[in-house]
Amino acid sequence: MTLLSNTWFAERLGDHGIHSKYLEDHHPAHMPCLEIRRLDWAHAAGEAKRLGMRLVAVWAAEAGKHDVDAEGRRALYSYMAFAHPEHRHALLRTELNGEQPQIHSISAHFIAACRMERTMQDMFGIDVTDIPDNRRWIKHEQWPETAYGLRHTFDGNTPLSPDPQRADVDYDFLASESESVYEIPVGPVHAGIIEPGHFRFLAVGEQILNMEERLGFVHKGIERAMKGRNAIEGIRLAARVSGDSTVGHAWAFAQACEYAADIEIPPRARHLRGVLCERERIANHIGDIGAICNDAAFAFMHSQCARLREEMARLNLAIFGHRLLMDTLKPGGVRADVNDAQIQQLVAQTQSIADEVEHLRAIYADTPSIQQRVIGAGRVSVQEAGDLGLLGYAGRASGHYPDERIEEGYPPYDTLDVPVPEGKLGDVATRVWVRFEEIAAASRMVVAWLQQLPGGEIATPWTAPEAGVSGFAAIESWRGEIAAWVRFGMEEKIDRYFVRDPSVINWLGLELAVRTVPVPDFPLVNKSFNCSYSGNDL
Amino acid sequence: MIRILHQVFQTGTITEPLAASDRFERLGNRLQEEIRRRFQGSLAVRLVDAGSCNGCELEIHAANNPYYDIERFGIHFTASPRFADLLLVTGPVSINMQTALEMTYDAMPAPKLVLAMGDCAANCGLFGCDNYAIAGSVADIIPVDGVIHGCPPSPTDLIQGILALLA
Ligand code: SF4
Repeated sequence: MTLLSNTWFAERLGDHGIHSKYLEDHHPAHMPCLEIRRLDWAHAAGEAKRLGMRLVAVWAAEAGKHDVDAEGRRALYSYMAFAHPEHRHALLRTELNGEQPQIHSISAHFIAACRMERTMQDMFGIDVTDIPDNRRWIKHEQWPETAYGLRHTFDGNTPLSPDPQRADVDYDFLASESESVYEIPVGPVHAGIIEPGHFRFLAVGEQILNMEERLGFVHKGIERAMKGRNAIEGIRLAARVSGDSTVGHAWAFAQACEYAADIEIPPRARHLRGVLCERERIANHIGDIGAICNDAAFAFMHSQCARLREEMARLNLAIFGHRLLMDTLKPGGVRADVNDAQIQQLVAQTQSIADEVEHLRAIYADTPSIQQRVIGAGRVSVQEAGDLGLLGYAGRASGHYPDERIEEGYPPYDTLDVPVPEGKLGDVATRVWVRFEEIAAASRMVVAWLQQLPGGEIATPWTAPEAGVSGFAAIESWRGEIAAWVRFGMEEKIDRYFVRDPSVINWLGLELAVRTVPVPDFPLVNKSFNCSYSGNDL
Repeated sequence: MIRILHQVFQTGTITEPLAASDRFERLGNRLQEEIRRRFQGSLAVRLVDAGSCNGCELEIHAANNPYYDIERFGIHFTASPRFADLLLVTGPVSINMQTALEMTYDAMPAPKLVLAMGDCAANCGLFGCDNYAIAGSVADIIPVDGVIHGCPPSPTDLIQGILALLA
């Protein structure tokens, strides 16, 4: 699978006077990492924008223990990744001044960078100049100023003590001066069975004027906790970045490790990964469609969808050993094989669920009470979706169609056509429509792969790469692209894991979508995005 | 409407008195007894996700699906801690959720039963208690009456855990 090195982005940057150096210790070559000068940072982001690339992520990393200089100092780098529909991903890296780390913001080009830049400020103490929003993000108000969770000088193993001096510091929410505008604070503990986060609404009567998200409540130090684990242990942690996308996250992690180690997994394992990931997509879409309908009081759909989802969970347990498919992947392949009888069961269930979903879809489409609620609700325009770089079904409902199964075309998606539901209207109805389409397409893929499942092994023995080698992967989970970057250190241990869940970007879409809806429609619109809190907060 | 009714009748009642989940049913019946005896037939549960990966929440949802339908035993989830008999907590307690968890606990009327659900709630799970962002397991933060292990615990484990706590 090793492709020729991809020089497209380096050449385009060169045309604009930005010199870049290809980093040999980064893999894969078709998603290269280029070192550029710090003063070219924002300029390079601007070029990426002009070239029609989307922002994947921006993050920071310290050099590993193997890489300290003569005085025992570690270099500090900042990274950004972009993707082009045809020319794929490219990473840029630049070294920061370790004493006074500073980097220019790229938020003027890609607004979705802003929260990631705030996270860099929080976790590394990097001063991001010209950042449009300087508030803390993951690091909440009570943390001591110098608690930079991802610096090696910070004690990452002892629970943090809040700074008593900061006990009364509040997050500075956008406020209104008008007397008729009132604020509705919601969370972090929400009414239902969902994850915690805070929403601050500004409303006039029933109408939402603005909704601001305050997240970070479930930050549990995942990036730090990965440090020092080997890939075999690490994948179990990666599988819990967001429990509902456990296959997606495990796959992204495994793929990044496999690229770094230059390991190819057996064809049978590729197909099985595809089956697992598409089953995860089907189960989540079904569950969400039910939950969306439930938020509009169409309880019938909710029960029916919950029933189908439970049937999938039971077969998952019987065949793969876990109801949610956790820990079914490992670096080098998959953990559990399937026999012929199990293949038959999976095919039969997939087909019958796909049929049932089509039947429910007809009922849903024919029920005016639900249609009236979803059509036109919570719109995100094509322009807005492009500006934010919305991912997954949120993007596909709003004229923005990045899909790594097609663009990156990693196996087993190279063996068949992945149809793209091309939505444009960007409302709840379109997001639901995209999900129905994806259930149908995913079912066809699962059946096709199972019916032509290659024989052979289900895993290649894992061997870790040398210290300093990094790998990057982009996997299309059910929610959208998951980007993972893993760098190995000494003794086969991981010394930096960065992951960007699609929620990091899609949460911004929700803020835009609810500006047009009355307060009671918020749950409905929220559910149609169903972003992960855990995946965002890490 | 006809189609909805048709689908409803065709699906029938799938809630399980079936042999497959006999155990669930038996547990549920015993639980219902306890709830009748001690909580006048209804146990109100407030869930707080104190830092979970959301896997545990998926299984709590599943416990409410038509197969398990945990509500038939008198267990229902409430929005306000003020009416709650039981606090169900998932996840390791993150530093950023500690205050919210404590406030929810304080807002509950006595006797406040607390059930820690999942390996994370029990012992910080794979995230580890030696972690700057984690204040500790649930028992490190508030008094805990029962623990359900599993990652995540299944709906049956959940109902068993509630029963073990009440019986
Ligand atoms: S116990 Fe497992 S499923 Fe539950 S929150 Fe922890 S990691 Fe997630």
